[in-house]
Amino acid sequence: MTVTPALPANLKVAVTGGTSGLGLALVGQLHRDGARVAFIARGRERVEAVQRAYPGTHGIVGDVASKEAIYPIALQILGELGGLDVLINNASDLGPVPLALLGDTECEDFERALVTNLLGPFRLTKAVLGALAGSAREGRGAVVLNVSSDAAVNAYPTWGAYGASKAALHHLTRVWDEELGAHGVHFLSIDPGDMDTPLHAVAIPDADPATLKRPDTAAAELIGAIARALPAFEVVR
Amino acid sequence: MTAADRAVQRPIGAKLLVIDEARHLSHWPRAAFVDHLRSGDLVVANDAATLPASLHGTHDPTGRPLEARLAGRHSLAPDDVHRFTAVVFGRGDYHTLTEHREAPPSLSAGDSLTLGPLRAAIVGIGAHERLVEIEFEGTTDAIWAGLAAHGRPIQYAHIEEPLALWDVWTPVAGAPAAFEPPSAGFALDWRTIAALRNRGIGFATITHAAGISSTGDPALDALLPFDEPYDIPLAATAAIDAARANGGRIVAIGTTVVRALEHAAAPAGHVLPGPGIATQRVTAATRLKVVDVLLSGVHEAGTSHYELLRAFVDDETLQMAAAQMAALGYRTHEFGDSVLVRAKAPTLGDRATLPYRQLGASSGVSLSI
Repeated sequence: MTVTPALPANLKVAVTGGTSGLGLALVGQLHRDGARVAFIARGRERVEAVQRAYPGTHGIVGDVASKEAIYPIALQILGELGGLDVLINNASDLGPVPLALLGDTECEDFERALVTNLLGPFRLTKAVLGALAGSAREGRGAVVLNVSSDAAVNAYPTWGAYGASKAALHHLTRVWDEELGAHGVHFLSIDPGDMDTPLHAVAIPDADPATLKRPDTAAAELIGAIARALPAFEVVR
Repeated sequence: MTAADRAVQRPIGAKLLVIDEARHLSHWPRAAFVDHLRSGDLVVANDAATLPASLHGTHDPTGRPLEARLAGRHSLAPDDVHRFTAVVFGRGDYHTLTEHREAPPSLSAGDSLTLGPLRAAIVGIGAHERLVEIEFEGTTDAIWAGLAAHGRPIQYAHIEEPLALWDVWTPVAGAPAAFEPPSAGFALDWRTIAALRNRGIGFATITHAAGISSTGDPALDALLPFDEPYDIPLAATAAIDAARANGGRIVAIGTTVVRALEHAAAPAGHVLPGPGIATQRVTAATRLKVVDVLLSGVHEAGTSHYELLRAFVDDETLQMAAAQMAALGYRTHEFGDSVLVRAKAPTLGDRATLPYRQLGASSGVSLSI
């Protein structure tokens, strides 16, 4: 059994891609844990449904792959929560669907994977960085969790666009952490494992769900990692 | 002096006028303003992000177009976004000088306004016919979504291109609270903040709802600045106490920080943490209790920001500074150059008698007018 360290009360958390798969599981668990949660997704109907399922959460309709959408999203996150302690960059794009060899990958599909998985997290992190650093100065701590993949380190055929974007995100996370650790903003890059999610079903339609990790299990692990990176947990440890 | 007409927060070549405690004036690259601080000082910035506070729409009773500029709010609470003070203009936009803007249609309490996806009602008329209290309909989240979708940063005719939020959020912007950017903070990039840390200079932030700078109407401008809510974290007051205990100076980044800290200061100069509403004017008659040094934009005589500078330095020096800045091509307004000024008399908390850091003569420029 995994023991999840307690999150600080009223932790302000934003989750991108929060209406399906791992993101939805994160929103549900964070809500149960007493966090103040804002989540972002493209589809208004799904956003409203999740917000109804978890009353008190803040659903934001927006596309992190759109440069023009980033500041309006950031405005709503910071406005509705009154600041931010934790950002979870979870929204992902597979690139070509069905997955394709690089030689068969359209440039536009690769670009969409890069802008969703790499540039979007960079832009959103930059837009909320002042708030995160403020949380750190005030002793609440600040964490950015970038959801990674084993495709970021392993060269799987047909996963080239996705894997390259996640490899870049992983490295970006390391540089962010080097630059901002001294300011109290910590960056995590974590591979949640192969999960039974809609994204995985699109990538590998014939996978046996019984062999895959449940999103709730992965969400609990990620929340545990966030809790361990926050100062309250460091004191206890 | 000319207005900076491009939305570049840290232009190459940005200038810095330093007025030291001996009233000596010198000119420097702004990027190196940290060189004018010393270990033990505390830099305090306003981390308010800027709201998209310009809302175009329609006055429903007449069907006439208008622009409502949000300009005041009762608190910084995230859910306190239903009621705002607003300044209303008639047809047109920022391309027209504010003093030439058309008057809005006659406004009355109870009138409804359609502002993009937002609907609001006028719930009060203020001390001027353009100054109203409005109340938005809908949930808190719907109002934030409406502002995000429809609002634009307030801007003026000196900048031709429409501003985006990324133009007006400082690098340290956090909670959206300001109606116009706390633009002195444009000087703070992350390299500078790291340099402060490396040199033993503290850094703290407060949140202050920086208000609008001009309405174009002399009677209404005379009411500026409006009351401005602020919040001072415990971490900031602790940092202020620690800096002062060690003889460090309190360096305010922008006039809004001065207004908040001086408002929150008890008579003996101790800054109290928590929320407040700054109602006072800082003028030549103000005895500063907290702030020792101010980094500010270049402000022209007659503005409330210029009046605040008079709390730091005498008029003769300010006039000399203005003449030198004009001669050297300093640029005004939010994307312009900067002034670093030492308070004319030690604040109550500044017991240190250390001399102002001596500056090397190699890179500075001094002028005699």
